[in-house]
Amino acid sequence: MMDFSGLLLLLVVFTDFWVLGTTRMSSVIRAAAIQGAILAALPLALHPGLSLHMVGLAIGTFAIKALLLPAFLHRAIREASVRREVEPVIGFTASLCIGAVAVALSFAVAQRLPLPEAQTALLVPVALATVIVGLIVLTTRSKALTQVVGYLILENGIYVFGLTQAERVPFLVEIGVLLDVFVGVFIMGIVVFHINREFDSLSSAKLTELKD
Amino acid sequence: MTATRILTLLAVLLVAPALPGIATRTKALLTGRRGAPVLQLYADLAKLAQKGVVYSRTATLVFRAAPVVLSASVLVAALLLPLDGRASIFGFSGDLVAFAGLLGLGRFALVLAGLDTGSSFEGMGSSREVTVAAFAEPALLLSFTVLVVATGSLSLGGMLGVPLAAAWPSVAPSLALAGASLFMLLLAENARVPVDDPATHLELTMIHEVIILDHSGPDLALILLAGAVKFALFSALVVSVLVPLARFDPWMSAAVLLAGLAVIAVLVGVIEAAMARLRMDRIPQFLVAASALAGFGVILLLR
Repeated sequence: MMDFSGLLLLLVVFTDFWVLGTTRMSSVIRAAAIQGAILAALPLALHPGLSLHMVGLAIGTFAIKALLLPAFLHRAIREASVRREVEPVIGFTASLCIGAVAVALSFAVAQRLPLPEAQTALLVPVALATVIVGLIVLTTRSKALTQVVGYLILENGIYVFGLTQAERVPFLVEIGVLLDVFVGVFIMGIVVFHINREFDSLSSAKLTELKD
Repeated sequence: MTATRILTLLAVLLVAPALPGIATRTKALLTGRRGAPVLQLYADLAKLAQKGVVYSRTATLVFRAAPVVLSASVLVAALLLPLDGRASIFGFSGDLVAFAGLLGLGRFALVLAGLDTGSSFEGMGSSREVTVAAFAEPALLLSFTVLVVATGSLSLGGMLGVPLAAAWPSVAPSLALAGASLFMLLLAENARVPVDDPATHLELTMIHEVIILDHSGPDLALILLAGAVKFALFSALVVSVLVPLARFDPWMSAAVLLAGLAVIAVLVGVIEAAMARLRMDRIPQFLVAASALAGFGVILLLR
């Protein structure tokens, strides 16, 4: 029942829980980096028979999601010297519970979706769960940097969903999406620097005070 | 067959006091100290058994009964576990609830005794112990649910016995999740880092230690012994979830179990050396994570 790709997808869910449960920002970023590395290995595990397409996708994903973005985010917390997420809108225990419910729901929903073919039965529920977890982190955490990580997790979920169609999507489109994410996080990082310089804090609640 | 079961149980009870010793020794070695001998708890138990007992004037019968109730309930719970990986000495359908209930009864007796002393420290410790327990029990029952769904058996003898060994290859990921959840529970239930620190000497930071401050002599010996046996029971639970013991012949499975207990004790020691204890308000989160792991295991099976 459980092959190597299934194991990798389980690990993706683990990193989701990890992101939900930790207060330390460096730990959250590390979790996102590990998730990126797992996602890079996924296309190779799902589609044996090394095609140039899959290898390129894996290398590109690994370079951007597991190395470049985490390094950039680590630099950002060093510069802004924030270490912890202090006051999330929803507490850590509660968000873990919501995350668990989200995982349960996505497994229940994924069975009912009329999908053309199930390549790996786990792919769709894990994708949904990751998207929801990303959304939870994005909306309930107060520090701008954790929100960026939430955006990354959300995108990772979309990437997992995209893997169901990986053989049909042209290579250029995928690389384009990856670059999009990279640029997105890059710009968010720059915004974070500016928020920090302007307010001496990374709390996004203060963004409402922004004026021209 | 029953003979091997009883002998295995006796062996587990005999080595139980060594397990906390192994954990403490591992921690000491990893943090660059020499540490107490592995067999220290045996010596402590022997010394305490010879001493007299001092009762506070406010303490009532509840306080005196607690050590007996605690050790008796833990011993009966030990009878329910299939330690040789086949069947338990005393098992029936639904005994998993009895197992959880017996451990709960022991804790209840201890908490009442803590409140009975009238000391504010012990009341505080009791309150914390119950808080931890309230979050630990759902995780325990969810882990059992994984086993029930995986094997279709409602008794511990079936859940951890032959049906588990048969179902093992197809449900391995869920069992790994349940095992991880049970291991986190082991740390919480046995007052280990990161939930509680057995080495602490400050009453304000204690959970388990502070409840038993007033117990002395043979009473304290009974409580320490029950704690060691509970540690062994949870370790045995983790080992029998992760290793299908029924695949070995009875003697071999007993040997594997005892080796597994030692491995778990070393692992606990490594965690104690590597981690600081969690802040009190982070403990529920640790246990909710344990429940989430077990719950995810159930979801994977129901899919």
